[in-house]
Amino acid sequence: MFTVQVNRLVGEIFKCSSTEDVLTAARRHGVSIPLGCRGGGCGMCKIQVTEGKFERGTSSMAVLTEEERRENYSLACKTYPRENITIEITLK
Amino acid sequence: MGIMRLGRVELKVMDLEKSVDYYTNVIGLEETGRSEGRIYMKAWDEYDHHSVVLQQADSAGLDHMAFKVEKLDDLAHYEKKVEQFGCTVRRVPNGTRLAEGQAIRIETPTGHQVELYHDIEVLGKKVGSLNPHPWPTDTRGIAPHALDHCLLTGEDLETATRFFMEVLGFKQSEKVMTVDGEVMLGSFLFTGNKAHDIAFVKGPDKKLHHAAFHVDNFYEVLKAADILSRNEVQIEVTPTRHGITRGQTVYFFDPSGNRNEAFCGGYFTYTDFPTITWTEDRIGQGIFYHRRELIESFMKALT
Ligand code: FES
Ligand SMILES: [Fe+2]
Repeated sequence: MFTVQVNRLVGEIFKCSSTEDVLTAARRHGVSIPLGCRGGGCGMCKIQVTEGKFERGTSSMAVLTEEERRENYSLACKTYPRENITIEITLK
Repeated sequence: MGIMRLGRVELKVMDLEKSVDYYTNVIGLEETGRSEGRIYMKAWDEYDHHSVVLQQADSAGLDHMAFKVEKLDDLAHYEKKVEQFGCTVRRVPNGTRLAEGQAIRIETPTGHQVELYHDIEVLGKKVGSLNPHPWPTDTRGIAPHALDHCLLTGEDLETATRFFMEVLGFKQSEKVMTVDGEVMLGSFLFTGNKAHDIAFVKGPDKKLHHAAFHVDNFYEVLKAADILSRNEVQIEVTPTRHGITRGQTVYFFDPSGNRNEAFCGGYFTYTDFPTITWTEDRIGQGIFYHRRELIESFMKALT
């Protein structure tokens, strides 16, 4: 079990297991990340991981570019923590 | 002569095997063939070799949708008309995809790829066409009758509508307009006598909003939602009614994030019917007749 700290909202912190995606864990804890498809295709749930290791599931190149990937942007529905992480919720 | 109907949609998916599992076991299409990077499928009530093609890609979205014309000669006729309108068109040679003859591939004013074709292998239906029973016994999942329609997004719906009506001979069943009547926000177009075969809502060019499958009635829409929930598929809008087309619907997503719909009950339309107009201030009820309010993901989640 890892913790996910939300940057923007100081004090907002929730638990996420290594098999669970950040979007599902966040919503279960009442942290609202926008969502659409939950399939890594629509880009609605884009976040930035500012600290900590994570694994990324299959994510559409059209909504998450190579450059964004290098800057640790990720689709919350396809983001799996590998240690405690901190995220920024990017509100569009 | 002319365009008969929507024949196929080719969807880009990011994991071919996961997607084929979903489209065959949850949607309930039948796999009819494979070629390099593609899987072909049909619904049980369709005669032709395929109506859905899945293409392995690094993004989700629409590769193309295609309409079937009555005669092979129609291709040359439409090719000329498309060029005159100023859209690009090219020939797709025989055998580019499995079981298909040649096609023409058009870039629409909204940047989508639309093909016209005549030749495709015919596989027929399991129930046959001689004294058939009403439905086959060995279906899986939702088992829709057929591919029904697609909704796409585009910036300039006036030009897109003009293209489909003037060049391809479609009629408009319904439209959504700003309150002052100046700007078109939605356009529902048909080529046979369904309420829509293709539709557009205002949004970014080249994007897919959803691909819809036809089921019998509202109980089948409800049952589709049951099947989706049992299979943990992401459901966006639970069973309800559209004001536009009067159809009943459930919206959900395939494993790559392409939105799908199980749709029933739109009215029949005829070419002499007037176009129904919705104004932007009533759009909530037009789209979700009961909720009467749009939801954020429905407007923004596109592939
Ligand atoms: S919800 Fe669509 S990419 Fe995550
Ligand atoms: Fe639809």
